[in-house]
Amino acid sequence: MHFSFSVMASEQQLSAIKGSKVLMVGAGGIGCELLKTLALSGFPDIHIIDMDTIEVSNLNRQFLFRQSHVGQSKAKVARDAVLKFRPDINITPYHANVKDPDFNTARRHVNRLCLAAGVPLVESGTTGFLGQVTVHVKGRTECYECQPKPAPKTYPVCTITSTPSKFVHCVVWAKDLLFAKLFGDRNQENDLNVHSKDGSSSSKQAEDVFERQKEENIEQYGKRIYDHVFGYNIELALSNEETWRNRNKPRPIYVKDVFSSELASQNGNLDKSSNGDPPSLSAMASLGLKNPQDLWTLKENSKVFLEALKLFFSKREKEIGNLSFDKDDQLAVEFVTAAANIRASSFGIPLHSLFEAKGIAGNIVHAVATTNAVIAGLIVIEAIKVLQHDIKNYRMTYCLEHPSRKMLLMPVEPFEPNKSCYVCSETPLDLEINTHCSKLRDVVDKIVKAKLGMNFPLIMHGSALLYEVGDDLEEDEVANYAANLEKVLSELPSPVTGGTILTVEDLQQELKCSINIKHREEFDEEKEPDGMILSGWTQPRAAEKNGKTAVDSEVSTSSASEAVPLETEDDDDLQIIPTITGKKRKLSDISNETKNKRKAEELDSKNDVVMLDDENSDMSKKKREQ
Amino acid sequence: MDGEELTEHETALYDRQIRVWGADAQRRLSKSHILVSGLKGTVIEFCKNIVLAGVGSVTLSDDRVVTEELLAANFLIPHDENVYAGKSLAELCCHSLKDFNPMVRVSVQKGDLSSFSVDFIEKFDAVVVSCCSLSTKKLVNEKCRKVSKRIAFYTVDCRDSCGEIFVDLQNYVYSKKEDAEMIECRLEYSSFEEAIAIPWRSLPRRVSKLYLAMRVIERFEELESRNPGDTSIADLPNVQKLRKELCEAHSLSESLIPDTLLERLLASTTEFPPVCAIIGGVLGQEVIKAISGKGDPLKNFFFFDSMDGKGIIEDISKVKAEG
Repeated sequence: MHFSFSVMASEQQLSAIKGSKVLMVGAGGIGCELLKTLALSGFPDIHIIDMDTIEVSNLNRQFLFRQSHVGQSKAKVARDAVLKFRPDINITPYHANVKDPDFNTARRHVNRLCLAAGVPLVESGTTGFLGQVTVHVKGRTECYECQPKPAPKTYPVCTITSTPSKFVHCVVWAKDLLFAKLFGDRNQENDLNVHSKDGSSSSKQAEDVFERQKEENIEQYGKRIYDHVFGYNIELALSNEETWRNRNKPRPIYVKDVFSSELASQNGNLDKSSNGDPPSLSAMASLGLKNPQDLWTLKENSKVFLEALKLFFSKREKEIGNLSFDKDDQLAVEFVTAAANIRASSFGIPLHSLFEAKGIAGNIVHAVATTNAVIAGLIVIEAIKVLQHDIKNYRMTYCLEHPSRKMLLMPVEPFEPNKSCYVCSETPLDLEINTHCSKLRDVVDKIVKAKLGMNFPLIMHGSALLYEVGDDLEEDEVANYAANLEKVLSELPSPVTGGTILTVEDLQQELKCSINIKHREEFDEEKEPDGMILSGWTQPRAAEKNGKTAVDSEVSTSSASEAVPLETEDDDDLQIIPTITGKKRKLSDISNETKNKRKAEELDSKNDVVMLDDENSDMSKKKREQ
Repeated sequence: MDGEELTEHETALYDRQIRVWGADAQRRLSKSHILVSGLKGTVIEFCKNIVLAGVGSVTLSDDRVVTEELLAANFLIPHDENVYAGKSLAELCCHSLKDFNPMVRVSVQKGDLSSFSVDFIEKFDAVVVSCCSLSTKKLVNEKCRKVSKRIAFYTVDCRDSCGEIFVDLQNYVYSKKEDAEMIECRLEYSSFEEAIAIPWRSLPRRVSKLYLAMRVIERFEELESRNPGDTSIADLPNVQKLRKELCEAHSLSESLIPDTLLERLLASTTEFPPVCAIIGGVLGQEVIKAISGKGDPLKNFFFFDSMDGKGIIEDISKVKAEG
C-alpha cells in the first residue's frame, strides 16, 4: 500500500523508512504504542526484545495484550497482535529465558553497544503524565551516560533500625528487615535485633528470638515476635536516652495492649474452599477487610500481622527461608503493610492503606496509556529524522504535565557530548581505596560491575592481566583469577597501590576506561559503607549527595519538575540481550547476534536505529537489594 | 459498573492509573458516557485511550464505508476486504474497541451527526467531533451548551503531519491541591463559534500559524460546500485568494500563513500515524481530566506540528466584558 504521509515527504524519506531495520528494547507501556505506530508508519523490519511476561496490571495501557494473555511473553504477543493489522511486515520477537541479575545496567549496556556499533539510539521514558524522548548519536550528541542520573533512594541504616520519621522508613524496615528475617534466608546478615534479655538465664541471651521453640504453636510464635519487635526492641531503643533528646519517643506496643482481653486470632475458618479450588491466602480475606484503600486501625493492622504470619507458617511453610518480597504476593504485601503500620503507630507516623504501602514497598510507578502514546509518536518522528541523517533537526522532547511558555510538548536541541563522560569520551576515573585491606573482589563487585556497569570485565595493571571472565579460559587461568579476587590489592601478583593505573574493559560493550588508584586509610562506615570512593564517574544529583538526609520518599510526579531529564522507576525488568556467554567477541559477532544477519545489499548500519523505550527503568529496587 | 466501590477486578486492572488520578476519579470515569464522531486515525487513538481508561460507555458515529484511505492510520481494522466489506467504520471499530476493555460499553449510533437531537446529546458527558463541517461543529457545540448539565465539547482535526484540538468546557469549576491546600479554580470557555469569531488582530501574540491556516481552509470548505478534508493541491490558488481576503479583512500580514503550510493542509488526505498518536493522546488525557474533575484542563486550543515538534496551547477566548 502506497501512501504519502506528507506532501513535504520526499522519496528519500519514504525509502529511508522502507529500507530500515529497527530494534526496540521493551514491549511494555511505551513498547506497545511504539510498535503499533512504527507498523502504521510503514516500518517493514522491526525487532523487539522484552523478557517480561504479561500481568493484569499491564492491561490498562499495554493494549496489545488481553486478559487471556496473562503469563505469556510480551514480545511475542505484541508481535502477533500487530501482524493482525499489518500482516506484511516483519516483526521478530526475542523473549529471553533467564533474568540477568544485573539488569539495572540494561540501559547503559544498550547505550554502550550502540556507541560501539555506531548505531543511533532513541531513548525514552514516562512516569504518569511526564515523558521524554532523546536521540543519542555517537560523537554528535550526548550519550545516555553523559548526564548524571539520580541515584536510587537509600536511607541510612539507623533511620531504618532506630529512628524512622516517615512511613517509607517503616516500609523498608518491614520489608528488608522483618520480612527478610522471618521468611527469607536466616543466615543473611540482618540489622534486626534478635536477642532478648531474659533476666533468669544469661545463656538465653544468645538465643535467636526468631527461632521457633519446641511446643510453640504458630499463634504463640506470632505473638512472641510481635511483642519482640514492637515491644521489647522499642524499650531497648528507649533505654538509649541520647537518641531521643531531640526526637519524639516511640511507644512500645504489646499484643496485650492492643487486644486487651481478646485473643488475637478468632478469625473463623480459612478453608472456605469449595470446588477444590485452593483458598487464596489472604489475611484481609480471612478478616473480612475488603478495601485495599481503607486505612486500618492499629488493632486491624495487628490482626493482619498475626493472621498473615500464621498463614505463611501454616500454608506456605515450604517457601519459608527462601522468600523474597514480591509486590504481587498478596500475603507478603499484607504482612509488610501491617508491620509498617504498627511501627508507624509506635513512632507517631501516620498510617497508610495497603494500596499506598504496596506502591512504596513495590516501587510501583504510576502509568497511563495517553502519555505512552504521545511519547511513541515522538519517538517515531525522531527515528525518521535519524534515518535521514537530518542531524540539525534532532530534538530532545519533553512531554510536560503543565505547559511551560505555552508548550505541553517541548523540543530542545540535543546537547553535545560531555567531554568528561568516561563512557563516550574515555576520561580516566579516580578510586580512593585502602589497598592493604580491600580485595580485588570488592573492586570488581562494587566498582566495575555495580558502578561502571560492566558485565564481563577485564582488568589489567599495565600488561599484567589481573582478572577476566570468559568461556574460553584455561583451568589454570580460572584458578589464578579466582585466587586474585581474594587477594588484597597491594598483594596481587602485580601489586596495586597508590598511583597505580588500572585499565578496565568490557569487550562486549567495547568500553574501556582507566582508573587511577589513590590509597586512603580510613573510611566512614556510615557515609562510605563501601569502603571506597569512585570519582569522575557520573555523580548522583544534589538531592542524594548527602546520604544522611532522608530523601522525600514518595515516588511522585511532582508538578514542579518540568523540563528535566527523567529518571523513572520500574516495576518491570528489562533484559536486553538474550544470552550472554561472556566469550571475548568481536564487534561483528555481537552485531550479528543481536541484529541478525544482514544482507549485503542492505543499507549500511547508519540506517539502523535502536529504540530503548521503557516506561520505567528500575535502578532503585535492585540497588537496595544489594 | 453501578456500585459505589470499584470492584476487585477494576482495582487490579486500573491499579497503575489509580495511582495517578485516584480511586474517586476512576469511579467518575466509569460512570461517564462519551459520544465520538469521525473515526479516522487520530480519533481511533483517542477511543483506544478512553476505553483503556475505563469510561462507562463510548458511542461511535461514522456511517462511512471503509476505504483503503480511511484504513491508513487505523489499527483496529484488518486490511481484509472479506472482513470489512459492506460495514461502516463505526461498526468495525466498535467490534475491535470492545476487546480492549470488556468493562466499557461500546456501541454504534447510525445517522448524521447534525441530525442528532438535543435529547440524544444530553445523554453524554463529553462529545468529540472530527471530520465534520464548520456548520456541524457549531451546531453540535450549541446543542451541548443548550442543556443544563455540562457537556464537554471537543473538536479534533489532523491533516498531513499536524493537528488541532479545540476544547469547550463552558463554565468549569474544579479543585486542586496547591501547597497542601485545596483551592477552587474557575474557567470560562468560549464556544467554537465565539472563539473563531475573535478578530485576528486580537489574538495572542505570535499565535500559532496553524490556527490561522486551519481557519482559512475551514472557510474555504464552507464556501465551496466541500466535505471536510475534500481538498487537493489544485485548490491552492483559490485558497491563496481567500487568504488574501481574510488577511485584509483582519488587517493581518499574509506572511503569517505560509504557502508551505497551506499546501500541506490541502494536499495530504491521509494522516501521519505518529501525529495521530500524539494528538489522540493529548485529547484522551483532556477528556479524562474533564470527566474526572482532576487536573488543569487545556484552554482552549492545542496545536502540534511535527515540522517543529512543538505542542502548543493557545487561549483564544472571548474576553469577558467589564462590569
